[in-house]
Amino acid sequence: MGWTGKILRVDLTAGTVTPEPLNREWADLYLGQRGLATKYLVEEVDPRCDPLSPENKMIFTTGPLTGTMASTGGRYSVVTKGPLTGCVACSNSGGFLGQELKNAGWDMIIFEGRAPSPVYLHIEDDRVRLLPADEIRGASVWHADQWLHRRHQDPLLRIAAVGRSAESGCLYAAIINDLHRAAGRSGVGTVMASKNLKAVAVRGTLGVGNIEDPDRFMEAVAAGKRVLAENAVTGQGLPTYGTQVLMNVINEIGALPTRNAREVQFEGANDISGEAMHEPRPSDGKPNLTTNAGCFACTIACGRISTVDRGHFSVQNKPEYWGSSGGLEYEAAWSLGADTGVDDLDALTYANFICNQDGFDPISFGATVAAAMELYGMGVLTAEQTGVPFEFGSAEALVKAAEWVAKGEGFGRELALGSKRLCEKYGHPELSMTVKGQEFPAYDPRGIQGMGLTYATSNRGACHLRSYTVASEVLGIPEKTDPLTIEGKPALVKAFQDATAAVDSSGLCIFTTFAWSLEDIAPQIDAACEGDWSVEKLLEVGERIWNMERAFNLAAGITGADDTLPKRLRTEPAATGPASGKVAEVEAMMPEYYRLRGWDEKGVPTGETLSRLGLS
Amino acid sequence: MFRALSIDPGRCTGCLQCELACSYEHTGVFNPSRSVIRVFNFHDEGRFVPYTCTQCSEAWCMRACPVDAITADAATGARVVSEESCVGCKVCTIACPFGTVNYVQATGKVAKCDLCAGDPACVRACPTEAITWVDADLAVYDKMRQWAAKTDAGASASA
Repeated sequence: MGWTGKILRVDLTAGTVTPEPLNREWADLYLGQRGLATKYLVEEVDPRCDPLSPENKMIFTTGPLTGTMASTGGRYSVVTKGPLTGCVACSNSGGFLGQELKNAGWDMIIFEGRAPSPVYLHIEDDRVRLLPADEIRGASVWHADQWLHRRHQDPLLRIAAVGRSAESGCLYAAIINDLHRAAGRSGVGTVMASKNLKAVAVRGTLGVGNIEDPDRFMEAVAAGKRVLAENAVTGQGLPTYGTQVLMNVINEIGALPTRNAREVQFEGANDISGEAMHEPRPSDGKPNLTTNAGCFACTIACGRISTVDRGHFSVQNKPEYWGSSGGLEYEAAWSLGADTGVDDLDALTYANFICNQDGFDPISFGATVAAAMELYGMGVLTAEQTGVPFEFGSAEALVKAAEWVAKGEGFGRELALGSKRLCEKYGHPELSMTVKGQEFPAYDPRGIQGMGLTYATSNRGACHLRSYTVASEVLGIPEKTDPLTIEGKPALVKAFQDATAAVDSSGLCIFTTFAWSLEDIAPQIDAACEGDWSVEKLLEVGERIWNMERAFNLAAGITGADDTLPKRLRTEPAATGPASGKVAEVEAMMPEYYRLRGWDEKGVPTGETLSRLGLS
Repeated sequence: MFRALSIDPGRCTGCLQCELACSYEHTGVFNPSRSVIRVFNFHDEGRFVPYTCTQCSEAWCMRACPVDAITADAATGARVVSEESCVGCKVCTIACPFGTVNYVQATGKVAKCDLCAGDPACVRACPTEAITWVDADLAVYDKMRQWAAKTDAGASASA
């Protein structure tokens, strides 16, 4: 089995909650989580709908391994049509919310319509209610979390909520669960707020059983845990430094986009690195990093729990920020730091706290700030417009910008729309470091060519998590490829995309794949679930999901012409480091990629491809 | 020789593998709400603390039980609840100073750590050795060693 077999349909317009059986035929074709929820979305939502209208739906979805003892088996995703890109949006989060939903007996929740006034969904196993949220309208995620725990007198309630940024229309608003885990990208939080849904609060006591072959499952789980423990990345690098283990590595290979990707190396990289987070601060003698932390069932524990120095300008006289909370991951440290030129670790940590507190994506936020800083440097934006001087490297500007976006105030209202809209408004669309409207993350495709194709073809707009070829091109997993060549990269990207789509549909974390191949994952899924879940089947499911997402985007009006990168990456060569002289050769890779995908020269899946995957 | 659970919160990452293992061992499903070892997250301090029964010699729960449903397991030293005898009166949950005996709605009985008959599932599941299974007389041996390490070996002892 693996699935609970039950989904919850919440009609926010009518105020009703209705259980229904999971479509098991679809589960066999799409596995769960990302794949299965996207299948529901494409069946039920018009791809051309306004993402922020009641016609759009939003699905909270678990995978068959969510809630089990499989290492990292606590993930959930939020699937909807995204407002930042107009593409299918699928944002994955860890923490404890997903497993709690499964534990309460639900594979997924489909939210539809729009509530007439603010509500939250309260789930206690099969007792599900929509309750008024008027008292937490306009509250931060952290405040809402506290209010809900008090309101229900339940310390074990797991909560996902949106903050003030989402409520004030930030297009890259996130859904935050467990205070600092995020379904972070593509504006899924904006969709949630547009539905007048402030929070989802879940308590499950039923347990996750329904395992097809329990003994075989426990053996596969134990074997998987051993592989993670013995691997250098998942057993040592990630627990010690988190994803921040990458900061110095990526800087050294000249692939760290710096100051809105004008450069590819940041002189302050070491000051904002995972290593720096361990160094005692001169001011208070404490390191930035308090401890590492695991999400539910995770035996890697890459999570960072950090503090900001109480004497730092950002938190002076603000005791609510003096405790420990979710610290910097690599992508956030890059966007808030290298991309803005800010090398002040405490300022970045504080800005990251603000992103969590009011629920917005630090990647899109930091990259938008970086674009604004470039516009400011060119004299296109003035201090009068931005509120404070907005030079690259200004920690004060970064901190103010975060506070403004959080509350939907001042210049923050413009930053909240993302760099594409900001740069278009001020007449410089070429300065927006986006693909399909979404800001790209912390790997410069001039220095890691496969990531150029990854960004250009990602179905949710620029994203590293759709095919993390950094694993191969930089870390040598599963085998080393040259980051500066495009040869073989279309096949590499396709293979990563398909495998990732399957892992994202299982309930497991993609970070396991630093150590696990599908050979390690398939036995766990196969033992837990009804049916035959071989590596081959998982790859086929992944390819099916990829093409289904592509078809949705094409129907939404996105075309092959959108499979590209910002002009800067394609035309301005890297000036320093090992990638000196290189541009991102994305166009050269596209024909081969389309061919391998079974798409025509315009990037449209052929009838034969759709039919082979059962999508026609 | 009895063994005991030794818990080092400094190594805990809050992943709940112990809760999953405990609940699976005792109920056959993955259900942290049924685990008798619990991990507490002190968020603002950035600290995770696993906590469970210490198997008191003069166990308050055992003394308080009006129907003698809690007995000592001669093989492990664990104080074990007999589901057959327990009437769900909850007196033990009040008597226990540490809160490690809990009432379970689903069964109408109380539940506490029984050391899994000498092979604790939480210990096997813990990825960081925050929970270990050691000689009961040496449960704090590591702590003693840590303090020993802090003594100044170069200086002569003084009172």
